[in-house]
Amino acid sequence: MSTNNLSYNDQGGTDSAVEVGQETTPTSSNAGAGFGLFSVDFKKNDDLKEMLESNKESLKLEAMKRVVGLIAKGKNASELFPAVVKNVASKNIELKKLVYVYLVRYAEEQQDLALLSISTFQRALKDPNQLIRASALRVLSSIRVPIIVPIMMLAIKEAASDMSPYVRKTSAHAIQKLYSLDQDQKDLLIEVIEKLLKDKSTLVAGSVVMAFEEVCPDRIDLIHKNYRKLCNLLVDVEEWGQVVIISMLTRYARTQFTSPWKEDGVFDEHSERAFYESDEEKTRNEPEAKPYMMDPDHRLLLRNTKPLLQSRNTAVVMSVAQLYWHLAPKNEVSIVTKSLVRLLRSHREVQYIVLQNIASMSIQRKGMFEPYMKSFYVRSTDATHIKSLKLEILTSLANEANISTVLREFQTYVKSQDKEFAAGTIQAIGRCATNISEVTDTCLNGLVLLLSNRDETVVAESVVVIRKLLQTQPTQHSDIIKHMAKLFDNITVPMARASILWLMGEYCERVPKIAPDVLRKMAKSFTSEEDIVKLQTVNLAAKLYLTNSKQTKLLTQYILNLGKYDQNYDIRDRTRFIRQLIVPNDKNGALSKYAHRILLAPKPAPLLESAYKDRDRYQLGTLSHTINTKASGYLELSDWPAVAPDQSVRNVEVIEPVKIHHFIFPSTAHPTPALHQGWSWSTLSPKLQINFATDAESRVENSSQSSEESDESSSQSEKSSSESESDSEKKKRKTKTPLQKKTVKPTAKDGPYLSKCYQPTFCSSDLFIFSLILSVCPPVYSALSPLSLSFPLQVSGPAFVPEKSHDLLHRMTGKGLSAQYQFPRQPCLYQPTMVSVQISLTNTSDHPLEQIHIGDRSPTGLNIHCFNTVECLEPEASVTVFMGIDFNDSTQAANFQLCTKEDHFSVSIQPAVGDLFLPITMTELDFRKEQGKLLGMNESSATITMAAENMTSQPISRPVATVANLGVVPSGQDDIHRFAGKTASSGAVVLVTVELRESSTALITINTEKSVMGSMLLRDLKQALAQA
Amino acid sequence: MIHSLFLINPSGDIFLEKHWKSVVSRSVCDYFLEAKEKALEPEDVPPVIHTPRHYLISIYRDKLFFLSVIQTEVPPLFVIEFLHRVAEMIQDYFGECSETVVKDNMVMVYELLEEMLDNGFPLATESNVLKEMIRPPTILRSVVNTLTGTSNIGDTLPTGQLSTIPWRRAGVKYTNNEAYFDVVEEIDAILDQSGTTVFAEIQGVVGACVKLSGMPDLTLSFMNPRLLDDVSFHPCVRYKRWESERVLSFIPPDGNFTLMTYHVNAQNLVAIPVYVKQSISFFESGSGGRLDVTVGPKQTMGKTVEGVMVTVHLPKTILSVNLTATQGSYTYDNGTKLLVWDIGKLNPQKLPNLRGSLSLQAGAPKPEENPSLNIDLKIQQLAISGLKVNRLDMFGEKYKPFKGVKYITKAGKFQVRT
Repeated sequence: MSTNNLSYNDQGGTDSAVEVGQETTPTSSNAGAGFGLFSVDFKKNDDLKEMLESNKESLKLEAMKRVVGLIAKGKNASELFPAVVKNVASKNIELKKLVYVYLVRYAEEQQDLALLSISTFQRALKDPNQLIRASALRVLSSIRVPIIVPIMMLAIKEAASDMSPYVRKTSAHAIQKLYSLDQDQKDLLIEVIEKLLKDKSTLVAGSVVMAFEEVCPDRIDLIHKNYRKLCNLLVDVEEWGQVVIISMLTRYARTQFTSPWKEDGVFDEHSERAFYESDEEKTRNEPEAKPYMMDPDHRLLLRNTKPLLQSRNTAVVMSVAQLYWHLAPKNEVSIVTKSLVRLLRSHREVQYIVLQNIASMSIQRKGMFEPYMKSFYVRSTDATHIKSLKLEILTSLANEANISTVLREFQTYVKSQDKEFAAGTIQAIGRCATNISEVTDTCLNGLVLLLSNRDETVVAESVVVIRKLLQTQPTQHSDIIKHMAKLFDNITVPMARASILWLMGEYCERVPKIAPDVLRKMAKSFTSEEDIVKLQTVNLAAKLYLTNSKQTKLLTQYILNLGKYDQNYDIRDRTRFIRQLIVPNDKNGALSKYAHRILLAPKPAPLLESAYKDRDRYQLGTLSHTINTKASGYLELSDWPAVAPDQSVRNVEVIEPVKIHHFIFPSTAHPTPALHQGWSWSTLSPKLQINFATDAESRVENSSQSSEESDESSSQSEKSSSESESDSEKKKRKTKTPLQKKTVKPTAKDGPYLSKCYQPTFCSSDLFIFSLILSVCPPVYSALSPLSLSFPLQVSGPAFVPEKSHDLLHRMTGKGLSAQYQFPRQPCLYQPTMVSVQISLTNTSDHPLEQIHIGDRSPTGLNIHCFNTVECLEPEASVTVFMGIDFNDSTQAANFQLCTKEDHFSVSIQPAVGDLFLPITMTELDFRKEQGKLLGMNESSATITMAAENMTSQPISRPVATVANLGVVPSGQDDIHRFAGKTASSGAVVLVTVELRESSTALITINTEKSVMGSMLLRDLKQALAQA
Repeated sequence: MIHSLFLINPSGDIFLEKHWKSVVSRSVCDYFLEAKEKALEPEDVPPVIHTPRHYLISIYRDKLFFLSVIQTEVPPLFVIEFLHRVAEMIQDYFGECSETVVKDNMVMVYELLEEMLDNGFPLATESNVLKEMIRPPTILRSVVNTLTGTSNIGDTLPTGQLSTIPWRRAGVKYTNNEAYFDVVEEIDAILDQSGTTVFAEIQGVVGACVKLSGMPDLTLSFMNPRLLDDVSFHPCVRYKRWESERVLSFIPPDGNFTLMTYHVNAQNLVAIPVYVKQSISFFESGSGGRLDVTVGPKQTMGKTVEGVMVTVHLPKTILSVNLTATQGSYTYDNGTKLLVWDIGKLNPQKLPNLRGSLSLQAGAPKPEENPSLNIDLKIQQLAISGLKVNRLDMFGEKYKPFKGVKYITKAGKFQVRT
């Protein structure tokens, strides 16, 4: 048999186990079957392993589906890890995704094996398909293995400057994952967050704010610059992002703006409290201490969030509602009411949360929801928690005017089958009775009627509420007390019995005949009562002993004796205490003198208050508000600052150059800190070099243009890394004092001087090197990174600056003011997409001209950066100013008005196509690569006959550079000349090739995706080269 | 944000779990199951439960509990809204949302959940986007898949995800271009014993089924937009145009979607289309009672009232009912004490009536309160508020679409107190 068995075992599988079971004796057959079952299970996973290792895709896929099925059911599939991880590089995208799912689930448990898959992700991070890059980053960052933290960090940095916004969004998510894995990376991650916050894509905004909230919610300073952008983007952000951004902005606004509430912001806390008690209108009418002006940014936030009240997403609506509640002036808050009431139509869970928030709101501001009171009427089909919340709100909304309606409604509720709800209603009636004195009697009578109700809970609740009400005005209601005494026999609920006993005792003087009788009954049933009733019985006995000792002395002693031997120590204690207090003996004579005053002291009436009274210490709409305790990770909403912090911190780069301009025309405000950060002051040194930290968008553009140039430019990036290092050092130095107001504010006299010495340097083009550098990445990482994509795109200085200037305004038409413009062919300082224009203004009249500035423009959408108003131009004096115009890559003239104090003149600037370019430096190799991408439609060419003197190299580049602002590409061949540039507005690459042929002909080829500009340029070039 | 999701059936079995961050043991659900035991009805389970280390936020929908585990502060509505989206997604993909459907499509549901959240933050919840990433199952496709080995997983990034209009995919093509709009209005009302209206309001939904090629830009205008008091829109609707001109201007999603929901101005009196005469009484002796209900048309604007149904939750102490209906049929479930009378069309000449006796359990006291009646009804070709679509214009595409508008009035939460 044993041999037999062995041979079966060789075949493996379940069969052998079954065989064993069959062949052994009956007694052990159970064990055999058990073994069989076990091995089936064992075989199942074995089977999966086999399938995963097979060569067939379909089998693998099938196996993975089953494995994921196991995970979904919560079963353990971890022992398959080695088999699964092998398939991570599979070509089949579905299989790959399933493997990813598996990896994310089990990598934490099998860290060593998980490392095997990392290289696959690193490769995928460079994939041309953005979906694959994104999912690789998603998985890589979801693998919670501490060893790969540096790799994750690198990948996040790469992805943060990816050209695809979807990948950048993924990187924002990865930031949070990395942070939860390794908190030490915080500083580096904040840098990435800072960079991503500048991102203009709506896709990224929500995710990066989420990362901000998780990693560094206290770094409010990172928000300043992006505040307006976020406000403006908000409507287009996806709905989940909106929720996160709104709640972040709520917190932000509470730290940056002063209180819009009419009460003085300084004593906000105090006046808030006063607000609860006092009548709303009264507070409102108090004279204002000082006029309040709302910060325009504050208004911007309120204005831009308002349309979101119409969102279909309930979370968005709620977050806007809480924003208005916490930030808007009191008279504007009520615009959220309708929307909140609308949410009550939504799912039950939504109702629950919204009702909670309304409950908190309605306590402070009844007026907001009063018109919608009927929306809070309870239906028999509502869930219990919804019912009690509605009841709560109805109670808060009740006032003198509507109380009768509310009470009628309550009458229906009291009859409800849901007894818990009926009890709640009785409490609500009690609260209404105390709040509104007019109806106290009505309510009391109603409650007394309920005492004859059949249901015990209702009666008991009524007794308790009546007791509370009677305490507020006991004098008039001895008949109610008598009535309750009569009911006493029928009431069995302990709390109610105790309440009646307490009432008897407290007001025993009003019912002198009944009270002793009740005590007599209690003495009989004392032993069978609940503890709480016994305690009150002892109390009643003591009080009666003091007031009516003649009738009750014996009864009291009897009860005290019973209490002395009670099982409950509380009762024994109380009995002992009472006995010492009231029964006079030698030892404690002093105390018993005061017994009357101790036991029958007038007691304050209890306050019937809402459970939501001080819920609003938590920000509305938060989890903490819902559970009424501080949830972990809850961020406090700060109080309004007494004095608003500096508003200018929110000014953004677009406006920033205005401040640079003040260098030339120092007339108004100070440069902002951002100025220091964005521009290094080396601009003023002879070697003018500006390291311009562009925002994410333009960087992406650059990298996308030059993505083919990786080999070449990596060396450049290393070169520039030292620069960027020094740059980032500078930045660090500056960020240390982020709020420093370095008022570089030369006096008016200095102005012309500065402008004189500044401009010549500015124009000496060969010294002016403008480089765009990815300065955010610390050089260490970019050097280490195998995946580095950092591309510096060198915008070089113009090869030639034409001296030719054009008339803008003739002195005859300009009534003495003459203006000329020329294109200095410099990258525009104000915005990279603008073309800079130099204008010289001369006063040829005999009187000073004042306030020369730019007025209306057309087309209206024209983006012009105006020069600052020239306050005064003396006769015969002239001044040179710079402005930036975004021609939007067309030669359409920019029309605008040049105004003086008295007059305005319509003028226009007509650019030549060549002035709309910026030269870039490129190697021949890159040039060819780029050219290869711009064939077909994007190519235009022409053959021309050249003048003989143009046949040498020098004159060729000369006329070309005159016509167009292009950079010369070093060429290996003598007869081919190449020029490269990009359009100012869209940054499209423009490539010009001039190929010299025999018999003084030449072939001009232009490659650019802007084909219109290409053909115009070709025309100009043809003309220039042929005539020269 | 959202840490984990558990799907739990009414008997308390966890049949699916998904973790977006590190794994949370399913024992965390015990707190929830405990609360569920305490609650009388599944609807009564509190949506937010506070446990020592986690917060549990759950919804109950389609006889399933969707339970999410939260570790840090997050707006509860954010989670609730998301959970409902999950349920809607399942409904959208597989036609219904139930335990069997989820179990049958376990892997696909799991993959969808994986795409919907990243690290607990919603990534793709737009149905159009999801459907491009993971194609919904159809019989044809599953046959093709088994034969050719292709998969349901898309390998390109959905176009919608990147554009500023994530709800629409590019390159939509139809041979028949059509756009249908359904104006559905629901009357929420509470009537008291005497038939007077305690509370009534009209809520409306404009649903749409748009099958148009390319990138159509639609404009829908109403004859009487003043009626609309409070509105909420699908993200595609341009709010500015609505603010200034009171027209709906939008590039529609492809397929079915809810264009807007609205609330009709509260000042307008709501026409109640039916009246209910009822008397439910219990004998003082406590042995039983009588029930007599008649439903008749009231303000129907000349249309027929259809699909009338009366639902009554009878008191727990009822033992049995013995009723006769002059029209339609009634069912009574003794377990849930639910009496449903399905009437159908209302005939003004012959009013339907349901009457008979109720018997109480022996010794049970006379019920305190009479049960309230919930009414269901439907009127075709009528928007009870009087709202009318004026016209639909299309810009941006050359073809002529086929257009249609349908009006329906229904009863929402329509309750008659007795």
